[in-house]
This record gives sequence, C-alpha cells and structure tokens, in this order.
Amino acid sequence: MTLEVLQVIKPSGELVEKMDPEIPTNELRRLYRVMVLTRNLDTRGLQLQRQGRIGFYIGCLGQEAAHIGSAYALKPEDWVFPAYREIGSMLLRGITLKQLLDQYFANAEDVQKGRQLTNLFGVKSVNYVPGSAPIATQIPHAVGAALAAKIRGDPIVTLTYFGDGATSENDFHAGMNFAGVFKTPTVFFCQNNHWAISVPVERQTASETIAIKAQAYGFEGFRVDGNDILAVYRTTKQAVDKARKGEGPTLIEAVTYRMGPHSSSDDPKRYRTERELAEWQKRDPLVRFRKYLEKKGIWNEADEKHAQEETNREIDEAVEQAEKLPRPALETLFTDVYAEMPWNLEEQSRQLRREKLGEGTG
Amino acid sequence: MTILNMVQAINHTLRDEMKRNDKVVILGEDVGVNGGVFRATEGLYQEFGANRVIDTPLCESGIVGLAIGMALYGLRPVPEIQFMDFIYPAFDQIQSELSKFRYRSGGQFSTPVVIRTPYGGGIKGSHYHSQSTEAFFAHTPGLKVVIPGTPYDAKGLLTSAMRDPDPVVFLEPKKIYRTVRGEVPDDEYTVPIGKANVVREGKDVVVFAYGSMLHVALEAADLAAAKGVSVEVVDIRTILPFDIELIMSSVKKTGRVVILHEACKTCGFGAEIAAQIAERGILSLKAPIVRVAGFDVPFPYALEEEYMPNANRVLTEIERVHNF
Repeated sequence: MTLEVLQVIKPSGELVEKMDPEIPTNELRRLYRVMVLTRNLDTRGLQLQRQGRIGFYIGCLGQEAAHIGSAYALKPEDWVFPAYREIGSMLLRGITLKQLLDQYFANAEDVQKGRQLTNLFGVKSVNYVPGSAPIATQIPHAVGAALAAKIRGDPIVTLTYFGDGATSENDFHAGMNFAGVFKTPTVFFCQNNHWAISVPVERQTASETIAIKAQAYGFEGFRVDGNDILAVYRTTKQAVDKARKGEGPTLIEAVTYRMGPHSSSDDPKRYRTERELAEWQKRDPLVRFRKYLEKKGIWNEADEKHAQEETNREIDEAVEQAEKLPRPALETLFTDVYAEMPWNLEEQSRQLRREKLGEGTG
Repeated sequence: MTILNMVQAINHTLRDEMKRNDKVVILGEDVGVNGGVFRATEGLYQEFGANRVIDTPLCESGIVGLAIGMALYGLRPVPEIQFMDFIYPAFDQIQSELSKFRYRSGGQFSTPVVIRTPYGGGIKGSHYHSQSTEAFFAHTPGLKVVIPGTPYDAKGLLTSAMRDPDPVVFLEPKKIYRTVRGEVPDDEYTVPIGKANVVREGKDVVVFAYGSMLHVALEAADLAAAKGVSVEVVDIRTILPFDIELIMSSVKKTGRVVILHEACKTCGFGAEIAAQIAERGILSLKAPIVRVAGFDVPFPYALEEEYMPNANRVLTEIERVHNF
C-alpha cells in the first residue's frame, strides 16, 4: 500500500475510474483559482526579490496541488503547522493577499511586525501557526496541539507540513513516535519535492519510500501523486476523517517537485539538470487540474483569462499598498519578547531612542 | 505552616496549582506512575489521571516540542527534563521555538511552558547528572530562568512560573532537594520572578549566589562573622531577568563583591553580574569583583568535592576583597 502512488486525475486530465471526488463545481473552480493565485503570487514574490524590493523569497512553484489539496481537506477549526513552502494553503484558509504582502515587505502593518523572513508566516485567527526556519521543529508542535485537543475533548485535527529533508531530522522521529504512542489526531504531510537545497531525496533516506516509515511508528502511511490535487485531497480527507474519529495519525507522502530554486539565494543549476526539471514541468499540477476542469466542461479559455488577469490585478494592488507602508515602529524591536518588558529591554529601548534622536530621525 | 524539604514543596505546589487550574498538565519521563525519579510528581498521576500527568517516550526534544504545541493550543504544560544534563536534545526546541514564538508571531501566539529540571552537583552523579549550564538559557531572550534556593522560594517561584505568560526554565538544585528544610506556608502565595532576596544582611562584603550555593554562601558568612567580617548574602533567585536594582544596592552598601556559582567560571552567569556592576557602579567598589565558581573542566566524578565551591574557598575570597 505504501509503495503505490495514488492518482485520481490522469496526466491527460481524465479521471481515474471510480475516483470521483464529489466536490461541487463551484468548489472545483475555487480550488483552481487558488492555485492560479498561488502561482502568480509566487512568481511575483521572486520577481520582487530580484528587483530588490523585498529582501528574500522562498517559493512553492510546482507544489501547489500538494499543499492546496491537503489544506482543502481541513475544517476551519483544525490547525496547520507549516514549514514554509505552502503559501497556497494560507490563501485557501483565508489569509489575505494584504496580510501576505505586508509580511513580504515587512512593513508596519505586518501582523508579525516585520520579524520573519518571507513566507515564514501565520495568522492566529485561521489557526495557522507561523513557520520557522529550523527544519522539522514544527512537527512535535502539531502533535502537542493535537494531544491537547484530545485531552480537552475538542474534535479537531492538526496537520503539519514538512519536506523530504525534514524526515531526516530528530523532530520528525520525535513527532511521529509521540503521535503513534498517544494516537493523536495528527496528519503528517510530507511534500517530497525531491530536493533539500542541493541534496536529493536519495541522500536523505535509504528507505524505499517516505510513506513506509509510518509503519515503524505503528500507523498508516500513504503515497500520493502530489501534482494531482484531487488525489491529494482524497488521501488527506481520509486521514483527517480518521483522525477526527479518534483513530490516530497518518503520514502522507506527496510526491512532487520543487520547480523553482530553494530560495532567492539558491541556484539549482549547480546541482540538478535542466532535463530533470523539464520532465517535471510536463507534470505541472496546474496544467493537469485545468485539463480536468476543461474536460468536465466547467472551465474554458475565457475563465482562464479572467482568473489570470484578476489574480494578477489583486496582487498588483496588494503590492502597491504594502510597498507604500512604513517600516515597523522602532519600539517593536523590543516588544513581544515577553508579555511585559523587563528592565534590560526598557533600558536598551531608551538607548536606541536616544541614538535615533541624536541622528535627528527620532 | 509546615516544615518541608524542597522536593516536597515542589510536589505540593504542582498539586495545588493542578487543582486550581485544569489547564496545567505535567509530562516527562517517569513522571506518572513512578512519580518522577526524584519523586517531585509523586501521587499526581494517581490523583489527576493519565491525561494530566503524562508518561512520555524517552525523548527530550519531543517532550519540549509537545509542550510547545500544547501551550499554543491553550494548555499550561509543565514538562520535566529528568536531569539538566539531558536537556540538550531539546535545546533547539527551547532556543528556536519556545523562546521565540511570541516575538516572531508578532504577539499572536505565546508558549507559557514551565520546564522543570534538576541541576547541579554534589550528589556523586558524575558528568551527566551534575552540570549547571544555566548561562546557556540566560543568554536567550524570551526565556525566564528561575532558580530557587529554599523550599519557601521553590513554592512561591514555581507558583509564579506556572502563572507567568512566558516560558520559564525552572532549575531545581537537586543537592538540596532533601537536605535543606524550611517553613512553607500551606496557603497559596507567590514569590515574584525577577526579584532577588537579601537572605542575610551585612555591611562589609556582599556575596551573590543562587541555588545550592546560597547555603555555601551562608556558611561562609558565618565563618567570616567569626573573624569579624560582616557579610551580606543575596539570593539572586531569577537569573533572567535578574534584579539589577537589588544587586546594585548591595554593591553600593558594601563596596566589595564576591559572586558565587557552581557552574564553570568562564562565561558563567557571574560574568554578567560582574560586568553589570562594572558598568554601573565601578566607583562604589573598594576592591576587585571576585568570582568563586566551578573550574573550567567537564564535571568530575572522583574529585567532585574539589570541584564544587565550598565555604572555605568563598571565605578566602571574602577575606581577600575585605583586606584589599
């Protein structure tokens, strides 16, 4: 079971028999639109960095189906513990373009007050916990929150995203092991994009698959075509339903590909071939889903044009607004270290204010 | 009022707060059925059940990581790390996540976790059951680091820690878990985090200490008194954020400073106190600031007694600064 890669939409756009996801038409169209928005935002994010307008960018090009399809299986009351290559899941859960662009520009209205690199982001009101750069540290958090919910009797599920590289980390083991022992309502969602910066997945593990690792922790693992949004949704939905029923955790390995660089600081030409990239470009998740929608007769050229134009216009507007806003206020350097500011931070804050006054910019 | 040792005081405090606040959960290795290897959680599993006193797999990063997730969800986890010497697998979780969540989320999320862990030497525990590496944690913005030196303070500070909105590393001096007893009120009370305490008033020399070293300082003060030197002993109690006001007032009063800790000397917490005193009050000083600390070696076994600062070593330094 764990070696098989589940597919629902064939590369041609045809549905695999008996695999109809039973998603209403308007929802299918909405999912595709979120994929388009994600792709366009991702493209713009890297451009903004290349133009020197934002400091850093870390993208999800090619992985849209994997993280949007999985996030779609969650309820609003469920919690997400992301890595950083899942912006589509943020958009799907209701994080706005304004919130994201304010974060990219690290401006005064960024809800994180300009304190994290681009796309290390989260918003409490949609139970989306901000990601961090250390790899896999979020995995035990997802298990802890799930255990807390279980103790409190809340019927919620936590889902954590991570990459293939993260499965080598201690915290992957810790999280999987605790989840198995405590049978927590947790979905471990691995976006196996084949590359952890320059290191291929074959260098992360000698295991035949990532999904198979679940067996050693006493629960199920599944492999799914990560570029097939309906397959991802179907598999994740089963895992989420199982977790909500109290039947414990699941590991899902979504087999996908990072079509872009690791980050704006990375040049993938140093470690992988154009040919490999070209092979995966043929399996583009947006193309596949669009073909499916077109064959189903619920998407056409005019819809596509409209979605492209509309999402780009929305992004243009959010960029324009976010770029105009000032940097976060000086005192935010010192707030939120603690709930109440201790004397040493008060003192250092006064020192910085004096320094700024001395420069005549205070 | 009851006479208790420190581990009993901690046990009572955990029980009382668990009764008052059903969001408090305890987790760690051997904390449940067994009641903890030092018995700090004795009876709590039987009283509160497996959902609130959780025996975990043997994995410190998992314990702290799990506690962070529980705190994000709204509980008040109190993980126990069995010995401070084993906290390092959780170091990433503490440094990168626990201490940073409030800040990096822009104040949206907080992680009010109290990590309890026994620390320090004097129990013939060798390297891996004896270290005091509080300075690592005191070097981490976002954490509070609390070290009680008496049963009374253990109860008051632990109660404060379990109500604090921020994460607290609560270091328990295991050498004096049972050897120091004292009066502990049965009723609820708190000792504020961030406040030091003048345990003994004096006018000639001040000794700053914490944890089990508090008692070494008091012993040295007795020896000094017999030689006509009046020693003030200050229990630092919280090393992050520490009580600069009280520290400076004792410096100004005495003009002579000895800083005492069992952690190794170089970059130990004493260096921070010394630097703060030098920055703020060098003109109040009548003698150099002196540190009595553990040696800069891995914690020994056979020669533990020679490693640990003792009253005579402290007395020598008290006399040196007094006679300077």
